[in-house]
Amino acid sequence: MRKFLIDGLTRRPLTEPKPDPVDAAIEELGQKIHNHLYRRLGRSLSIRLVDAGSCNGCELEINALSNPFYDLERFGLRFVASPRHADVLMVTGPITRNMAEALRRTFDAMPEPKWVVAIGDCARDGGCFAGSYAIVGGLDAIVPVDLHIPGCPPNPTELLQGLLPLLESVEAG
Amino acid sequence: MSEIAQELTVTAAAFRSGAMPVTKVTRKLWQQAAGDLSRGLITLLSLWADHKAVYMALLNEDTKHIGVLRLDIRRDDFPSVSQFHAPAGRLERAISDLFGIRPDGADDTRPWLDHGRWQISHPLGATEPAEGPVVYEFLPIEGESLHQVAVGPVHAGIIEPGHFRITVQGETVVRLEVRLGYTHKGTDSLMVGAAPERGAMLAARTSGDSTVAYGWAFAQAVEAALGTEVPERAIWLRALMAELERLANHLGDIGGICNDAAFGMMLAQCSVLRERVLRASMQSFGHRLMRDIIIPGGVARDLDDEGHRALLALVASIRAAFPSIVALYDRTASLLDRTVSTGVLKPALARRFGAGGYVGRASGRDFDSRRDIPYAPYDRLTFEVPKRDEGDVDARIWIRIREVEQSLSIIMQILHQLPGGPIHTPAVPVGQPRQGLGLVEGFRGDILIWVALDAKGRVARCHMRDPSWFQWPLLEAVIEGNIIADFPLCNKSFNCSYSGHDL
Ligand code: SF4
Repeated sequence: MRKFLIDGLTRRPLTEPKPDPVDAAIEELGQKIHNHLYRRLGRSLSIRLVDAGSCNGCELEINALSNPFYDLERFGLRFVASPRHADVLMVTGPITRNMAEALRRTFDAMPEPKWVVAIGDCARDGGCFAGSYAIVGGLDAIVPVDLHIPGCPPNPTELLQGLLPLLESVEAG
Repeated sequence: MSEIAQELTVTAAAFRSGAMPVTKVTRKLWQQAAGDLSRGLITLLSLWADHKAVYMALLNEDTKHIGVLRLDIRRDDFPSVSQFHAPAGRLERAISDLFGIRPDGADDTRPWLDHGRWQISHPLGATEPAEGPVVYEFLPIEGESLHQVAVGPVHAGIIEPGHFRITVQGETVVRLEVRLGYTHKGTDSLMVGAAPERGAMLAARTSGDSTVAYGWAFAQAVEAALGTEVPERAIWLRALMAELERLANHLGDIGGICNDAAFGMMLAQCSVLRERVLRASMQSFGHRLMRDIIIPGGVARDLDDEGHRALLALVASIRAAFPSIVALYDRTASLLDRTVSTGVLKPALARRFGAGGYVGRASGRDFDSRRDIPYAPYDRLTFEVPKRDEGDVDARIWIRIREVEQSLSIIMQILHQLPGGPIHTPAVPVGQPRQGLGLVEGFRGDILIWVALDAKGRVARCHMRDPSWFQWPLLEAVIEGNIIADFPLCNKSFNCSYSGHDL
């Protein structure tokens, strides 16, 4: 344990800009996000994620945003446990009929102003699963959608890139 | 020796190179198989239906031979297997939800995947308009000072949806009941009539963390059905991707489990390594999860020199960092205090449920389909299958640690021996209906895929059985008697798939 703590103090953090183009891009994107947030909201943005029947691929990449390479929180984006604390509802999956009600209720529990972001090809129109009896087919059938980030799954860079337009349009609430 | 065990004659070599033979049985023999299952003479690999029959895939653990039994449906029912052998229960409930075929004599006839919200019932059988949402009857609880905690389907973290009904007495869990089906996407119905390429895409989206394993198992089933000879290089590349996938998931899990014991440093360290695996996968195969790279007939993308180098560097960097992470786990008493002797799965139960992966291997079930029902190229690779008997959270972590080391070794062996040549050959329809079986060791355990193709080579029926089908019920068993605060820890140590199970 001591070794890790000492290393943590002495080594350069992983999140420092590196020659790796991915990391450089993340840093730039993150700064943009950060600037927008503080100009418009004056605080960080809270995100609540609901998996509405995803294959779990989208969640894996959303989770990756919290690893030390991306460290989402330093840009002022954080995931919260309760919809009552959230500004943004992120939704993954083709919106299964079995999840539609829970999703709707989560949205209703969020305070205004709120925004909805559809993540991944599935959440747009059902993606690969379009036409199935078991899905609603597209997030906008259940809640109003402000933004869609495509990909199967979108990788962490694409997720951050994709969030920018939302932040640009966010007005102080 | 039971009669049924003798019926199981198909060797790995046989079903992996050609169509899967099916043994038609009478109701009497079907029941006999259920009896043999309950006596532990054979192991249930899966149970499924099409619109005419029910099927049971069985394994003889001594000879490692398998067999598929088929019972034609006469009225609209079949003798329940679960009345003798509990692991079949949820598979039977899924069959009645999807096909409207009833397991006669089953104890638990509640719907499972069908929450009454599909607008139709029996989507794969005699479809009727549905009556609307049903109130799910959780098992009744009686006793002094009991209290219920309901969690989900929307969870606090970024995880999949499911509902947990936890009954506690004080802090101690008396019963956990899991309700699933929230991620049911109707994949089985989308498979019907699909070309194998589309089928492969659907299979690869069954469980995102196992997209390589599912892609491979589906390809295996189609290739076996059609007798396709996959080029050598493609087979080796498949194994390379499968081990990268195992590595990424195990690293994520080791960190995630420790994080659920409130030890965040392990998560940070492990997630760095996991991210490195994903980036190397991106460099070498063009997708961080390597989705849609395995296709029937081979692989869609070759590994170039740059990718080769990226993977060598990856293995070196993990080998440099991993031992001190393992030592950190092993030397942190407060962490071990949470994991040792928590959530114990008894070996007898693991065996009875045919529990695959780290769940089984941490509870003495010495089974790994890469070794025991071998498929190329694992028959030409050297690796060990770790096993523990304690069955607790700690043992499930150690199995993963050992498997990380084994996967690193396998990746190096593959990189050194990778043969040249083509990476794809067309899987050509043979002009008559055929069926094939795929069985692949995913990171969670053995994934079984059954594919029946019609004469034109399209999918007539595809059944995919995730290892989680047999692991979810075991999670319910191990949590009993633990404190409720240890539920997340136990749950993460199982890391069952929701989507893979709900389909
Ligand atoms: S978009 Fe792709 S990764 Fe995301 S849930 Fe759908 S199939 Fe899975």
